[in-house]
Amino acid sequence: MLRFQLFCFTLMNVCLFSDAVQAELEFNRDIRPILSNKCFACHGPDANKREADLRLDQAASATQVRGEYQVVFPGDAEQSELVSRILSHDSDEQMPPPEFNKPLTVEEISLLKQWIVEGAKWQDHWSFSPLTRPELTGLETQVSNHSSIDTAILAELKKRGMDQLEVADPRTLLRRLSFDITGLPPTPEDVRAFELDHSQTSYETAVDQLLQSPHFGERMAIYWLDLVRYADTLGYHGDQERSVSPYRDYVINAFNKNMPFDQFTIENLAGDLLPEPTLDQKVASTYNRLNRASGEGGVQPKEYLAKYVSDRVRTTGAVWLGTTIGCAECHDHKFDPFTTKDFYSFGAFFADVKEQGIVSGANYIEQMPVPTPEQSQQEATLKDKLASLQNQYDARSPELEAAYVEWQSAGLKSGGLWEVITPVSATGDSGTTLTILEDKAVLASGTNPDRETYQVKFQTMAQQIAAVRIEILPDSSLPNNGPGRAGNGNLVVNAIGMTSGDQTATWKTAVASHSQDGFEAKQLAENNSQGWALLPETGKAHQLILVAKEPLQLAELEQGSLHSFQLTIQQNHGSNHTIGKFRVHIATEPLEANEALASTEMVELLKLGAGERSAEQEQQLFNMFRASTPLLKNIREELALIKKQLTDLQQSVLTTLVTVSTTPREMRVLPRGDWMNDTGEIVQPAVPTFLSQSDPAMSNAERRNRLDLAKWLVARENPLVARTFVNRLWMLFFGQGLSRSVDDLGSQGEWPTHPELIDWLAVEFIENGWNVKHMIKLIVMSHTYRLSSTPTAQLQKRDPYNYFYGRQSRWRLDAEMVRDNALSISDLLVTQVGGKSARPYQPAGYWDQLNFPKRTYQHDTNQNQYRRGLYTHWQRTFLHPSMLAFDAPSREECTAQRERSNTPLQALVLLNDPTYVEAARVFAEHIVQQATAPEDRLNWAYQKAMQRNANDEELAVLSGLLEQQVAYYTSNPEEANKLAASGLAPSANADTIEVAAWTGIARVILNLKETITRY
Amino acid sequence: MLSQHALHQNRRSFLSRTSLGIGSVALASMLGRGHIATAADDALAQGVVKLLHHPARVKRVVHLCMAGGPSHLETLDEKPKLTEMNGQPMPKEFTDGQQIAQLQGQKLNCFAPQFPFESFGESGQRICNQFPHLGTVADDLCIIRSMHTDQINHDPAHTLFNTGSSQAGRPSMGSWLLYGLGQECHDLPGYVVLTSVGKGGQSQPIAARQWHSGFLPSRFQGVQFQASGAPVMYLNRPDGVTMEQQQQLVQTVNHLNRQFDSVVDDPEITTRIQQYEMAFRMQMSVPGLMDMSSETKETFDMYGTQGGDGTFASNCLLARRLLERDVRFVQLYHRGWDHHGGIKNSMEITAKEVDKATAAFIQDLKRTGLYDDTLLVWGGEFGRTPMAQGSGRDHHIKGFSLFLSGGAVKGGLAYGNTDELGYNATENPVHVRDFHATLLHLFGIDHHKLSYRFQGLDQRLTGVEQAHVISEILS
Repeated sequence: MLRFQLFCFTLMNVCLFSDAVQAELEFNRDIRPILSNKCFACHGPDANKREADLRLDQAASATQVRGEYQVVFPGDAEQSELVSRILSHDSDEQMPPPEFNKPLTVEEISLLKQWIVEGAKWQDHWSFSPLTRPELTGLETQVSNHSSIDTAILAELKKRGMDQLEVADPRTLLRRLSFDITGLPPTPEDVRAFELDHSQTSYETAVDQLLQSPHFGERMAIYWLDLVRYADTLGYHGDQERSVSPYRDYVINAFNKNMPFDQFTIENLAGDLLPEPTLDQKVASTYNRLNRASGEGGVQPKEYLAKYVSDRVRTTGAVWLGTTIGCAECHDHKFDPFTTKDFYSFGAFFADVKEQGIVSGANYIEQMPVPTPEQSQQEATLKDKLASLQNQYDARSPELEAAYVEWQSAGLKSGGLWEVITPVSATGDSGTTLTILEDKAVLASGTNPDRETYQVKFQTMAQQIAAVRIEILPDSSLPNNGPGRAGNGNLVVNAIGMTSGDQTATWKTAVASHSQDGFEAKQLAENNSQGWALLPETGKAHQLILVAKEPLQLAELEQGSLHSFQLTIQQNHGSNHTIGKFRVHIATEPLEANEALASTEMVELLKLGAGERSAEQEQQLFNMFRASTPLLKNIREELALIKKQLTDLQQSVLTTLVTVSTTPREMRVLPRGDWMNDTGEIVQPAVPTFLSQSDPAMSNAERRNRLDLAKWLVARENPLVARTFVNRLWMLFFGQGLSRSVDDLGSQGEWPTHPELIDWLAVEFIENGWNVKHMIKLIVMSHTYRLSSTPTAQLQKRDPYNYFYGRQSRWRLDAEMVRDNALSISDLLVTQVGGKSARPYQPAGYWDQLNFPKRTYQHDTNQNQYRRGLYTHWQRTFLHPSMLAFDAPSREECTAQRERSNTPLQALVLLNDPTYVEAARVFAEHIVQQATAPEDRLNWAYQKAMQRNANDEELAVLSGLLEQQVAYYTSNPEEANKLAASGLAPSANADTIEVAAWTGIARVILNLKETITRY
Repeated sequence: MLSQHALHQNRRSFLSRTSLGIGSVALASMLGRGHIATAADDALAQGVVKLLHHPARVKRVVHLCMAGGPSHLETLDEKPKLTEMNGQPMPKEFTDGQQIAQLQGQKLNCFAPQFPFESFGESGQRICNQFPHLGTVADDLCIIRSMHTDQINHDPAHTLFNTGSSQAGRPSMGSWLLYGLGQECHDLPGYVVLTSVGKGGQSQPIAARQWHSGFLPSRFQGVQFQASGAPVMYLNRPDGVTMEQQQQLVQTVNHLNRQFDSVVDDPEITTRIQQYEMAFRMQMSVPGLMDMSSETKETFDMYGTQGGDGTFASNCLLARRLLERDVRFVQLYHRGWDHHGGIKNSMEITAKEVDKATAAFIQDLKRTGLYDDTLLVWGGEFGRTPMAQGSGRDHHIKGFSLFLSGGAVKGGLAYGNTDELGYNATENPVHVRDFHATLLHLFGIDHHKLSYRFQGLDQRLTGVEQAHVISEILS
């Protein structure tokens, strides 16, 4: 609705500001909006579309003598061609031309005439003019507690003969302050204390405390993330995920630490270019990677690289300059003096960002781990431990040397026991393709069933088999190099049968070179179905040896001396835990399994003899020994444990896409924005020409970079950045900017209601070291901020949209805060600051339209379910539906001002979204726990939600509803059970009828307008 | 706005005079049959175009959006010359300097249309033989064979077709219509989106951006009906709560809100009360909408569905029911048209999924009397190359086809044409923005005049480039 009001406001602009308050017209306030909206498109900055070589944005062009006439003749309307043209009814003469569909109104014509009569004075556009601190005057007497803000506001009100309302009541004020600064409601206790003492001092204390709250940074981040279009997914086509959440934490922390905004700016745009950047500064540079990106097959990389650059120009222009420089991508800007060359020169600042046109697979360029300080500490500790264990493991001792000699001779002996054997056939019952390779190994490929049984048949000259050895081998064709076919390279063997004719072997022992905890090889000889598995030792070769109780006598084939037997390898674990590659050996004479665990490779090395082995082979052999000797068993196990802990830790560390600077790509002006057109001029990084006087480094001959850009933005001379920022800050605390077009301070933007105040605030901001908390404190300590928001009938009539601040504004909470408020009321809210994105309940099937890959949403089932709204996983093409319903933007583009709509879908969310039903159920449990009498309970609930007692009517209405609820659930206890079981949160109350009945009351309270409104 | 505000004030004072009465009366009457809220009750009903720019020819649209890009060469655009040149290199004069999607850096050879075309109806419309049912309504189809677009990848091309711009953040055409004209139904959203997948080829991902209201107020957003779970998100009551209890709850919320309004005098409260009433009406009406038991066996047979199974055919039937209930814009996605490989097989499958139901839909619109003032649009975001991509075709933007149907357009007409190989739209080219201008025109809106101020510009669906109403196709 706000947008709509803004739109209409432009129509009212003229009458509001002319209002007979000021006698003399002012170009920027009264005339520029008319010319800009109705004339500049053909007579403005865009050189290509300019008609009659006339610029009405510049005095020189408009007043130039053109043969027998002047378009504007200062002081004389009669002699001004402009006037006769706008009065003409001849369609060839008339301006604006009728087909332009933007006729001037009677008021506008009269203003233009009056302005010419008054001497036709031009002014530079206000927001592009140098920034100086104006005197805020107009009031004879200063009232105590009044700040400069109040002086400016009251002076304007006085001119218009309007007054300010009283200050809001303490409860409303503290609620307002708390929502505005932290996004969360105050506690009933805080409100009660403030009601008892709401002096200036205690108000200031409350302000200071709230500004010190860690939730302040979260509240500011909600807005900042809209501006920089932070999201967790790419945004085009498949809309795949990418991890950038450390950037969100950086923003929260920066606001909490009150990082000066100039430093924040520099770190966002160029943190990576700072000398020896800290981890945080690199994380800040994620800003440059937040653009939408595509992983769609068939993307033309050059086209998308051009899209990414213009996305950055558009966004950076909107975030810091508060202007629509993005409009100059295809043509010179129609209203502001941005040229197309300016656009591409600005883009050239980002030409060094290392990236790809098409994001393929999960290979996002420059993904950087961002450990928390605790994680860094843990990592260092683990690495220390690892190093010390490794030293122990590497140390050689006489005892070890002796064992090594013994191990070698045993190995040589065991090597002679085995004979490798080629299968005659190998098949999988569930369709796996088994290929017999030249080296006698068997490789699995093709169909990868969950479960599988291999049938492997052999023929041999041997007459009996006493033991089999199965080498399990890695292979590059297998997931994670194998040796299993599960995604992590693991496998589970549940049983191995060996048969020949009608004979079946029974196993005496089964040993392996390594067994996963709980999946011991010995189980294969014990008929235990758990099976044998390999974690964490995947990716390498293993041995499994099975020794029969009695040697299996082999059946003779008809041909004579050949005998046959078969191995059946059952793998029932599921999830593709099957063997990827293996090789079979047999032993005909009984042996001790433990002594026979020599691998083929080891036996080959041993056979070479000490003199023939190279140093490398010698080391290899010694490594094999250390990997198996019982002497080092403890250290080996400890090493494996620490390594696993380290891997787990490293995998739990969040990553972000940082900016990495590389050789800049060539940047050209793209004629009409056409990326295929290579005829445009090559451009170097440069700031917009008409703003370059504020560029301290203009003379620098070196190629400019993002650091130069950032420094130019926050130079004292830059007129736009501070104005843009304070205007938006004002909006966060008054619901609208001083110039209400917070996304456009250019020519088509709105003339500020209080131009001196916006400049005063901007200078104050810069001169106080870009101190954000200082500015917020200044605003909320003003008398104007504290006013009641309930208009009198007279005020409503004079200033229905509160342009002049005779009162405070009031608005429905932002999407995230609607959620936070409900979770806070029910005490479900997890107040942890920062961390990865959370997944609240979401309707099933909402992600059905996603593909590449298809995805199924899984809501969090732990504490992450109850995190603040700003941590919600932000899926650009399918934003969480309850966020979307309350006007959270998709963050595909910069959003400087959210819509504040009021829709039936919002009602459905608050009524039926499981988040709110669960919050109501838990709230109900707390209500019944806190008091006994219905009236006390209702008052407690109202205190919790609105920090006040319920009034008589509320008590009466809700008591009536309660009776109906109790009656229904008493006769339908199974329905009560259902409602009382809402959500994942554990239940604290077994009386489900009472909980269900009060859940109804709690749902009413969470749905009230007062609950979700900041008054 | 001033006058609207005054109106609002009147409505407010009226409500406050009857502070306790009206809401519950209204809600109670909603439970009865035949309740129709009056336009004045309903903040949603208002559009900004108070006086149409010229008489409207249509009241509602159904957009059958064939997502993925149907090949014009195997649907609506017959190219015998391409058959002759099968396997030969595509002449360079067509392809030099042109955008290419997945065929980047590959040999470009002609690929014959995979099916013959046939003449249908009195008009003799030439349509691919995989669409025999569409053939039976050939005289009701207004085929445009000269569409062209600017974007060669699905996501931006869809966005362009739906919003007039490839950049995110612009309102979709359905949102523009609601913004301009308001909505006519009072218990359903004015703009509904249905989706279905196909069995031929990969399913196109579709972003919610395609029906978003962009910078327009979000009440003009399309509402997606889900294939599973509650048809409208959050429409189902919590477990353990009856419809009567839900009604009591809504009444209580509205009662307390109204009482609070007397303290804070906040016009937003009145709106919120109306929205809770609307939400409750939706909860009441959607089950009836989804209940297909009133449909006859003949209807089910005609569409080839029993309804309620989430298929394209069942969505067509649901779309007709939505249109009957005065939903202004129904968008119905079929996500199975991205036939990069195996186009012959995929086309056989996909054609079967849509042919019968689309023809049935047109016949059903006639049967129910909706045909005359409904516009049906069938088409994708782009077409497919005359060149082979293996056994399929790549994305193609320089020429493709769609068809319209309904009383406002000339049935049996084929408008425009591509060159003999089906590459460029050569005769009467129609850009996507021309289609948008025509769409608004049919609703009585001059596309130049429907605008919204955003970032300093009076933004329009048709953007800043020249757009033309295709008057030759209007009946």
